[in-house]
Amino acid sequence: MSTTLFVVQLLNGLQLGVLLFLIAAGLTLVFGVMDFINLGHGVQYMLGAYLAVTFYALTGNFAYTLLLALPSALALGLLVEVLIFRHLYDRDHLDQVLATFGIILFVNEGVKIVWGAAPLNVPIPALFSGSIEIMPGLLYPVWRLAIIGSGLAVAVLLWAIVSHTRIGMRIRAGAVNAPMVGALGVDVKTLFTCVFGFGAMLAGFAGIMVAPILSVEPGMGDSVLILAFVVIVIGGIGSIRGAFVGALIVGLVDTLGRSFATDIFRLFLTASAARQVGPAFASMLIYLLMAVILFVRPAGLFPAKGR
Amino acid sequence: MRKFGFTAGLVASVALMSATASAQSVKVGVMLTLSGPAAVLGQHARDGFNLGIKHLGGKLGGLNADVVIVDDELKPDVGVQKVQALLERDKVDVIVGVIFSNVMMAISKPVFDAQIPIISPNAGPSPLAGKGCSPWFFSTAWQNDQNHEAMGKAAQDAGYKKVVLIAPNYQAGKDAMAGFKRQYKGEVVDEIFNQVNQLDFSAELARIASLKPEAVFAFEPGGMGVNLVKQYSQAGLAGKIPFLSAFTVDETTLPATQDAGVGLMSGAQWAPNLDNAVNKKFVADYEKQYGHVPALYAAQGYDAALLLDAAIKAAGGKVSDKTALRDALKKTTFTSTTGKAFKLNNNGFPIQDVYSVKAVKRADGKYATEIVAKVLTDYKDAYAADCPLK
Repeated sequence: MSTTLFVVQLLNGLQLGVLLFLIAAGLTLVFGVMDFINLGHGVQYMLGAYLAVTFYALTGNFAYTLLLALPSALALGLLVEVLIFRHLYDRDHLDQVLATFGIILFVNEGVKIVWGAAPLNVPIPALFSGSIEIMPGLLYPVWRLAIIGSGLAVAVLLWAIVSHTRIGMRIRAGAVNAPMVGALGVDVKTLFTCVFGFGAMLAGFAGIMVAPILSVEPGMGDSVLILAFVVIVIGGIGSIRGAFVGALIVGLVDTLGRSFATDIFRLFLTASAARQVGPAFASMLIYLLMAVILFVRPAGLFPAKGR
Repeated sequence: MRKFGFTAGLVASVALMSATASAQSVKVGVMLTLSGPAAVLGQHARDGFNLGIKHLGGKLGGLNADVVIVDDELKPDVGVQKVQALLERDKVDVIVGVIFSNVMMAISKPVFDAQIPIISPNAGPSPLAGKGCSPWFFSTAWQNDQNHEAMGKAAQDAGYKKVVLIAPNYQAGKDAMAGFKRQYKGEVVDEIFNQVNQLDFSAELARIASLKPEAVFAFEPGGMGVNLVKQYSQAGLAGKIPFLSAFTVDETTLPATQDAGVGLMSGAQWAPNLDNAVNKKFVADYEKQYGHVPALYAAQGYDAALLLDAAIKAAGGKVSDKTALRDALKKTTFTSTTGKAFKLNNNGFPIQDVYSVKAVKRADGKYATEIVAKVLTDYKDAYAADCPLK
């Protein structure tokens, strides 16, 4: 194991963390402000990727794809909110879980009917299609740096909105005590719809950005959704800063764990035993981390106060 | 009185019709994975099987083919439920299924107990090839380890001294590595297990690059394969380190990986460009009807139809005698899409050649695999010796 490899894995962990942040940010806002568990967040990410496939096939240009797919993702999110979610805000968390789980099943099948079951493809945009050699023999696609950059830009944008604008103030207040905010005269319904739409758009944006490097297929949002929930639980529900820090931690721990767990076990086990234990341990690592953090800080690392 | 006569006549004629109809038809229960991320494999197998029946004029062995298609949803418990419905409610004469080995292991007991023949167009788990073999089991595909062994032999023949293996951390992944190592005698520098349904392989690819092997062997079915292949190419490894694989690079994933998959090698018993009359007709009609290139799952489904046709003919059309049908399935032969006479081993698995194939971009812009070399000739699987059947 060399320093170069370690640095490269750090970069990989950072990139996974930023991607998780893009997805977790919308999820934590919705959960924090509206107290609404939205399991359907993963399919919104998947829909973003599928919309990217369709619009790229139509326009052949990634910039236009982004411009067309983002509002479409927003529109789809708002549609689901108006049709279904709006009626669930007052209901028990379990009802919300059931309903949004149903949405996962429905959209996964729907996507298969519309686009087919086979994995689909979006090529990396020409401007970013280069690579840099970060290690002898290993190229790092510039597009991954673009993903990191866009994730950091979104983080800064969200921080600016949440801390320095009126609507951000209302969102923060809503995360702490929504009924009080309503009693103070803020139109909570419109606020909720805005937050939800923005969250859906963030998830769709993450889907559009990863479509060139990952397989676009039915069910692609499901594994990501679980990681996103781990992130917001670690970071503290309702907190953007928590989502950011939590995402980076999960990304780094997961990547470094997968890369080096077997090597670490090889220090005190035989090679074949290490190969059995290492990957299994690496896949458990983030959940162990979540358990430890919850034990020490039950509300997460940066909880929205008053919860 | 007249009403009674009329009703009696109606009932008698209906009874006569159904009696003659059932004497002239064979009921086939087809169970495949048709939903979820892996649905595309089941769809290829189903479309290949249906095309086979179409080529045979809608008949199998001269009897009308009455096909019932069900979806096992890649869930063993759903598979067991639905196969019991096929056996008890639909009273099928033969079952064609399934795609995935975990479902196969679950349904094998009810099917073997009912003494109904089952033809697998894909799944070939090792227990059913070895000690758990049954005279009711037939495969038009392969035993799961065969394509991995072919790549191991190809790596050995090509003289690669250091190889890295990568597979998902579940039973099929471990079997893949074991199959590869059975034929490969060089040094396995590392065995990397990734998580099932893993999306991002950048950490694993960085590790592979740092180890500098002479070749990589990967078993990554479905979306995992698409991700690995795309990222392998993006990481600049595609031209530098030869990529050997099984069930990772084929016509179900090439439409998604496109140029990233070109040049990568795979082990398979079939490719669309196998030059024989049966295969040429199959591939041409499949592409015309379905609009995409068939994968090996489709050819395996097509061969299942041809096998049923030949066996029913050999059994004289008497599908109610299951033992006769079973024996006919074991002994009969036909020219399969591989171009050779189909031959089964004692455990019901085919004895066949296995090739190394390469992904290419065809002149018409579609992506397909093409034969490179024959790696294993008339190969019998590694578990047949443990099977007590003759």
